Amino acid sequence: MEKFSKVTGVAAPMPLINIDTDMIIPKLFLKTIKRSGLGKNLFDEMRYNEDGSEIPDFVLNQTAYRNSTIIVAGDNFGCGSSREHAPWALLDFGVRVVISTSFADIFFNNCFKNGILPIALPQEDVDKLMDDAGRGSNAVLTIDLEKQVITGPDGGAVTFTVDAFKKHCLLNGLDDIGLTMQKADAIDAFEKQYGATTPWV
Amino acid sequence: MTAKTLYDKIWDAHLISEDEDGTSLLYIDRHLVHEVTSPQAFEGLRAAGRKVHAPEKTIAVPDHNVPTTLDRVDGVVKNEESRIQLEALDKNARDFGVHYYPVDDVRQGVVHIIGPEQGWTLPGMTIVCGDSHTATHGAFGSLAHGIGTSEVEHVLATQTLIQTKSKNMKVEITGKLPAGVTAKDITMTVIGLTGTAGGTGYVIEYCGEAIRDLSMEGRMTVCNMAIEGGARSGLIAPDEKTFEYVNGRPHAPKAGMWELAMESWKSLFTDEGAHFDKVLTIKGEDIAPAVTWGTSPEDVLPITGIVPSPEDFEGGKVDAVKRSLEYMGLTAGMKLTDIQIDTVFVGSCTNGRIEDFRAVADIVKGKKIKEGMRAIVVPGSGLVRAQAEEEGVAQILIDAGFEWRLAGCSMCLAMNPDKLDAGERCAATTNRNFEGRQGRGGRTHLVSPAMAAAAALTGHLTDVRDL
Repeated sequence: MEKFSKVTGVAAPMPLINIDTDMIIPKLFLKTIKRSGLGKNLFDEMRYNEDGSEIPDFVLNQTAYRNSTIIVAGDNFGCGSSREHAPWALLDFGVRVVISTSFADIFFNNCFKNGILPIALPQEDVDKLMDDAGRGSNAVLTIDLEKQVITGPDGGAVTFTVDAFKKHCLLNGLDDIGLTMQKADAIDAFEKQYGATTPWV
Repeated sequence: MTAKTLYDKIWDAHLISEDEDGTSLLYIDRHLVHEVTSPQAFEGLRAAGRKVHAPEKTIAVPDHNVPTTLDRVDGVVKNEESRIQLEALDKNARDFGVHYYPVDDVRQGVVHIIGPEQGWTLPGMTIVCGDSHTATHGAFGSLAHGIGTSEVEHVLATQTLIQTKSKNMKVEITGKLPAGVTAKDITMTVIGLTGTAGGTGYVIEYCGEAIRDLSMEGRMTVCNMAIEGGARSGLIAPDEKTFEYVNGRPHAPKAGMWELAMESWKSLFTDEGAHFDKVLTIKGEDIAPAVTWGTSPEDVLPITGIVPSPEDFEGGKVDAVKRSLEYMGLTAGMKLTDIQIDTVFVGSCTNGRIEDFRAVADIVKGKKIKEGMRAIVVPGSGLVRAQAEEEGVAQILIDAGFEWRLAGCSMCLAMNPDKLDAGERCAATTNRNFEGRQGRGGRTHLVSPAMAAAAALTGHLTDVRDL
């Protein structure tokens, strides 16, 4: 997994609430057996007409936002299906940070496994950043994970919280499986004891 | 000793280690796998030279992509990408030696239907699957939730999951349900009240007389949609109905072992005085047949209602409702019963069990569906299909004009040939009415099987109590 330390980039405003994972990556694109290549279909039905032409109004089709690396979104981003294709598509497009008041649990976890930082903030902070994101090519935010600070185009700073373990993994690009395998002895011991008391499992 | 909730008890029994910041390693008893969210996980194992830690606790079945038309018995999967994904599961299941129900096995079906059916799902277990509707298995008093593909790989490699503990939420449905009101109406009504984020960060325990009165099938319907309220898991404490359902299933404990398991399962309840962080209580008698009008599962109203106006809402919901009404082609103020339907879909992990098809048959017996209506019934498993045929339920549906299909996810998410075209409007017994969920531009109204049957007969959303 790619390490995450500091990201500076254009933030795209997507104020719609309840953006679900079907919107982020429609099921048509779940038939892949790879993790890569989904960026061109990120937000496919919002982004393209059926004939494949771009929908000009959609934020990521606008000149200033075509290379956004940050999304500022409405409440409850990533609800619905557990598909990890959603963070894969975001990452493949180039998005490394999503900011909202709230995220669906499964999507939230999936982001961290892929080097994407989801940041949950109070409404007033999201409102301010949504406003910043509305400034077109001046909508540049810097997210410093180490310091847990977002800096806006006018220099204003917003602090955020992040789970210590998840932060550690992101900063160092650590693979969960490798970390868990270091606890193989504890897992084996648990399996023995648990297997003895619940032999039907 | 501190009073514990059912969730606390299952969590504690599976906790391998816990760090100071609450990051915990949890042991997983059953891992269910389907073709869409697993190929990248198996590929990751191969690349790292890892094995499946507990193949005997891992169960694979294809369901999302499989065609449900009868020609599939000839092995016809016309979509090239679907075929590749199905072949990948077939290869992965055989290479890694996990339990596997291939597409031509009568036991094949929607992963959340066959888990309980085969007795893989047992009380007190931890169960995961790369699928958000894994919450279904909570009906047995097991802690079950959806995970992403990276976590699928983690569970395959280690039989554990890194978690932080959720909070406890209680949803109590008191008293009796009125006639015509079902498990689906309970779970939709709850989501209508909590919103799609109301359960985020919680595990919900459903309780109360109306929940106790439900069959196991009904309880699975309730827990299935916990995720639509934002909760990763829904739970119902096991009771005699649970044990009776489980007993004798192929992978349930056998005599000798059964008694031991029962002794343990009888402790699976929330202790008197245990703390819940959030409580919602609904009177069963206040629940009516429910229907969604918008593009979020929280857009729920009783069938007697009218389409709301964006001005009825606050904050971000105002714009969301404007967008929903435009997408759904509806006008504020119109009666829900005036919404014309051209497609009816009965099936899915929410409502693809025998009881659901019996409910439809009860309503359409001896009648014909509305002329021009496309009505599809897709059983949740090959065994449900066989049972419905044996009971005569299938014939009643066929005589009424329904298509009777083979098992799979079908039009619930339209990854297979079954889908809505733009502008088509469907009464569906599924779980998500998102934009494009059943096909780009397709419009979905979530309902119970009985309500779907009523709409199939009349051609519009209909209060089943009026039939």
